[in-house]
Amino acid sequence: MYKITINGRQASFDQAISILDAAKKMGIKIPTLCYHPDLKVKGNCRVCIVEVEGLQPLQAACLTKISDGMVIHTNNKRVRENRRLILELILANHDQTCTTCHSNGVCELQRLTEELNIKANRYDQVLEEEPIMYGNPSIVRDMNKCIKCGRCIQACNDIQEVGAIYNIGRSFEMRMGPAYDFDLSQVKCTYCGQCINVCPVGAIYEKDDIVHVLNAIEDESKHVIAQIAPSIRVSLGEMFGLAPGENVASKLPTLLRNMGFDAVFDTDFTADLTILEEGIEFLDRLENGGVLPMLTSCSPGWINYIEQFYPDLIDHLSTCKSPQQMFGALAKTYYADKIHQAPKDLVVVSFMPCTAKKFEAQRPEMGRNGLPDVDYVLTTRELGNMIKMQGYDLDHIEASDFDAPFGITTGAGLIFGASGGVMEAALRSVYEIVTGQALKEINFTQVRGLTGVKEATIDVGDIQVKVAVTNSLTNAKMILDKIRNKEADYHFVEVMCCPGGCIGGGGQPRPTNNAIRIERIKGIYSAEEKMTLRKSHENPAVKALYEEFLEKPNSDLAHKLLHTHYKNRQK
Amino acid sequence: MITKVETIVEKIGRSDDKLLEILIAVQDTSEFNYLSQASLRAVSQALDISLTRVYGTAEFYSMLSTKKRGKHVIQVCNSAPCHLQNGKEVIRIFQEILGIHMGEITEDGLFSLETVSCIGACDQAPAVRIDKEVYGNLTRSKIFNILADLKRGETHD
Amino acid sequence: MTNLLFERPGKLLSFKDYEQADGFKTLKCVLDKKPQDLIDEIKKAKLLGRGGAGFPVGLKMQFVADESSDIKYIICNADEGEPGTFKDRELLRRNPLKVIEAMIIAAYAIGASKGYLYVRGEYTNIKDHIEAGIKEARQKNYLGPNIMGTGFSFDLEYRSGVGAYICGEETALIESIEGRAGDPRQKPPYTAQKGLFNKPTLVHNVETLVNLLPIMQLGAATYTTYGTEASTGTKLFSVSGFVKNKGVFEVAFGLKLSDLIKNQCQTLEAYDTIKFIQVGGSSGVVLPRDLFDIQLSYEAFKAIGANLGSGAIFVADESICILDFLKATANFFRHESCGKCTPCREGNRHISMILDKISQGQGTDKDLGLLKSTCEVMKSASFCGLGQTAPTAILSVIKYFKDELQAHIGGQCYTGACSMKGGDLHV
Repeated sequence: MYKITINGRQASFDQAISILDAAKKMGIKIPTLCYHPDLKVKGNCRVCIVEVEGLQPLQAACLTKISDGMVIHTNNKRVRENRRLILELILANHDQTCTTCHSNGVCELQRLTEELNIKANRYDQVLEEEPIMYGNPSIVRDMNKCIKCGRCIQACNDIQEVGAIYNIGRSFEMRMGPAYDFDLSQVKCTYCGQCINVCPVGAIYEKDDIVHVLNAIEDESKHVIAQIAPSIRVSLGEMFGLAPGENVASKLPTLLRNMGFDAVFDTDFTADLTILEEGIEFLDRLENGGVLPMLTSCSPGWINYIEQFYPDLIDHLSTCKSPQQMFGALAKTYYADKIHQAPKDLVVVSFMPCTAKKFEAQRPEMGRNGLPDVDYVLTTRELGNMIKMQGYDLDHIEASDFDAPFGITTGAGLIFGASGGVMEAALRSVYEIVTGQALKEINFTQVRGLTGVKEATIDVGDIQVKVAVTNSLTNAKMILDKIRNKEADYHFVEVMCCPGGCIGGGGQPRPTNNAIRIERIKGIYSAEEKMTLRKSHENPAVKALYEEFLEKPNSDLAHKLLHTHYKNRQK
Repeated sequence: MITKVETIVEKIGRSDDKLLEILIAVQDTSEFNYLSQASLRAVSQALDISLTRVYGTAEFYSMLSTKKRGKHVIQVCNSAPCHLQNGKEVIRIFQEILGIHMGEITEDGLFSLETVSCIGACDQAPAVRIDKEVYGNLTRSKIFNILADLKRGETHD
Repeated sequence: MTNLLFERPGKLLSFKDYEQADGFKTLKCVLDKKPQDLIDEIKKAKLLGRGGAGFPVGLKMQFVADESSDIKYIICNADEGEPGTFKDRELLRRNPLKVIEAMIIAAYAIGASKGYLYVRGEYTNIKDHIEAGIKEARQKNYLGPNIMGTGFSFDLEYRSGVGAYICGEETALIESIEGRAGDPRQKPPYTAQKGLFNKPTLVHNVETLVNLLPIMQLGAATYTTYGTEASTGTKLFSVSGFVKNKGVFEVAFGLKLSDLIKNQCQTLEAYDTIKFIQVGGSSGVVLPRDLFDIQLSYEAFKAIGANLGSGAIFVADESICILDFLKATANFFRHESCGKCTPCREGNRHISMILDKISQGQGTDKDLGLLKSTCEVMKSASFCGLGQTAPTAILSVIKYFKDELQAHIGGQCYTGACSMKGGDLHV
């Protein structure tokens, strides 16, 4: 039993939890800054300091565990004055142009200064201006805003084990970034954007492409179409005060048409298509001794990872493009033809939960005749900003459907957004294609959820198909090491770069943490349950596409448009 | 470079915790007393640690330099005991004789000048550390002789 | 002068000489005893840590001894980075074998099987000598498996520091051995429970460990006849500054500081010209004249709210400007801060800026107030001891030398060291 007193109030706890947690349970709020629920506690910022009677120095509430008889003051004069000084010290080395900052309104430092009523700063400004780093298509770094909380370092090194950024140097020259103060493009970075998700301020953010899209819409000569990723619909609402997981899919087509898009399509369609292409590819490898385990290929952060870190294992990857890119290829050929539009005047905009997709869209092999298949990629955050910029919100919008033909989808396409979704969608189709029988239970719940590595064995006819599902690059690395050591006893592995899958992507609304990921995942599966069609091979529009255009999965044309190859990009 | 680093890693041990020992050893083989980008890349590869982490860790420690220095690195102590016993004057003398400022390298690449925190020679203040030797109780003529000897040593090689 | 720890100054012993002079005999005796008996003896001797913290050594060793683990470590902290301190340099230079023997004894007492001798990287000119000593000790079976046939196995590795004062802090030191930047860790958990590679680890200063030898040789009862009731034994004081005889002095606790300076060290000019004496290095208290008679003991310093620390003693005369001194001190901490926590990373920089301003005659009372506040937030809210003790000198000066500080604010520098018109004193 641990009996403690905080601000004169007593409470008892069974475990020696942190002062921060104990206070929270008692309804007492202690301000924090570097603390993040999904990351190891650091105690760097010193904002959460409290006075513990009997100890001379003030203690960080996040790091200090309660002990029996502890008497704590979270807000007496000494604590308040020191906390104020700490905020002032941080602000003295921080670019305070909030009005033009990417985190204006969502910045944790901004909120703190407001809560603590910081109205002046005794310290001189010591910030030495540095140029903002724009050297890659996905992620921008503005170190003038960095408050050295260290969260991005933890995301990159502990959660993703990539190590593109790290603490560099010592003392006030200590900074967070790539070696030699390079741009991210000059080190091994996957552009997963998990650093963006955890940054409390506006030091890291995605490359803003909103203005390009608005310009295209204004241009009368351009036919501008949108594709919306599965994850967007259960997370966009958070930027408008809705709970994570609330499905706003039905509002999006109307909203985007109002904003000037000529057609609004659903990436879930090409997700269904991916299942057909990839399913057939998998069966071919299984039956004809192809390279196994086969690894999914729809996560561009993951592709960036394997190309740079494990290029020797590229052959394991499915040759299928991601749904985003399949869509773009079809849009600029099949669709352009259908509506008699010259591809050069067709602008494909994709809305994605992902920062790596900005990089993916501009890969040279993802285009034809000098034109990219996907012209612009906007993140969920950019979509939210674009909506707000034009005076819209999610209320007072009539529900409508996505446009045909790329708007007809099944639940299998929708669940791509959650970790395990691709695998489950694939199993639903592969099973029925191989056995010719309908599945009794189409929910493969054993591959769902936030857990880093999930394994399952599914009986598909005569074969026991062993599958694994991983999310976050640390787990991808683990699987790849297993494959290298010939210990990977799987046939098929779904690999998602981001924790939780795409719903936890680097382009998602702030904040994105594990508790919110769980809610978004719930939203995906509950939305999916309500759908009429839930297996990709039953999608009538996909069937029609094959009949009219592609002929069959992995036909020459399908191969040309919907498949790709990878590169050894080891630096 | 890769072979040089591999040899060192083989000798010291291929594990994360040996990073600093390896970096010191690699720097010791450098004529200009620093860790080049090529050498850091080689260490990163050999230990399977990201280049940024290798660089960032090296930048933390004063004895490691990722910037080229002189063949002889002159480290002048600027902590209180030395600073207050003619330390400033010693710095001025070195700068004057060598014709460079703190943080710079002489044109012939022979000497570079930097300040350093207390080197534990306070009983011989003001003191300086050059390569692996400590010289204390410095006077103008002592400094002149030390530099002359080092320069002579170079021409004899 | 007492001589429990040192060989005669200037005499560097070879391995053969040390063995002949009863080297490793203490180890032989000790290995016949039970480890707990050794710890009890050390507790009876009331040995306090000599690195700076002054923590009871017996207690610290008991914590580690009580842990059960597949492996335990001992680390000898010879990262001696506190300005003004060079005693460990001398211990290691004159006789590293003593240090090695002491480490083996301590390892035996706590059940450690692996040790690290972490010597600051700048001491390259004694590295080979120490490593040769380790090698020879191994050859003679004082180190390695089954030491002298007793069944006790222990080996030792030399590790070089890499130029970071913070690595003198035990958890930062451990981070360094683990191949990372020297960022201190939160305590608890203490190193006794989770230290090097997360195993129980005992970290002690060189001087602390060497004290184990006279305790074992003479017995706690005799050992405690040296020094005072609370501060037993002897302390090595590194004396530098405006004295004739600089160097390391081994002194039984209880001697007056003024006696040491007047008699052993002898001031360059008249004793009355001494303006201040800083004890404990750059993180130590700055004593004014009327405190020079203070007794050299942990308790006497604690009584004035200070800490004996590493035992560095810097003697400054009237030619030294108190502000010049503070600037050099602030410069040091600014450079050595690890950068992890806000108060120290940002605070040190602002302290330097304010001191610069004051030394250029541009300082105001408001600046003095801000200086004081910054010192307070660093003292109260920093993550580790570096940030917490960096402001000590400034706070001492504000307490004991306010006039001189105030004079600078009024545009006057007594010694003429400060230009008072702006200009670069920032070296």
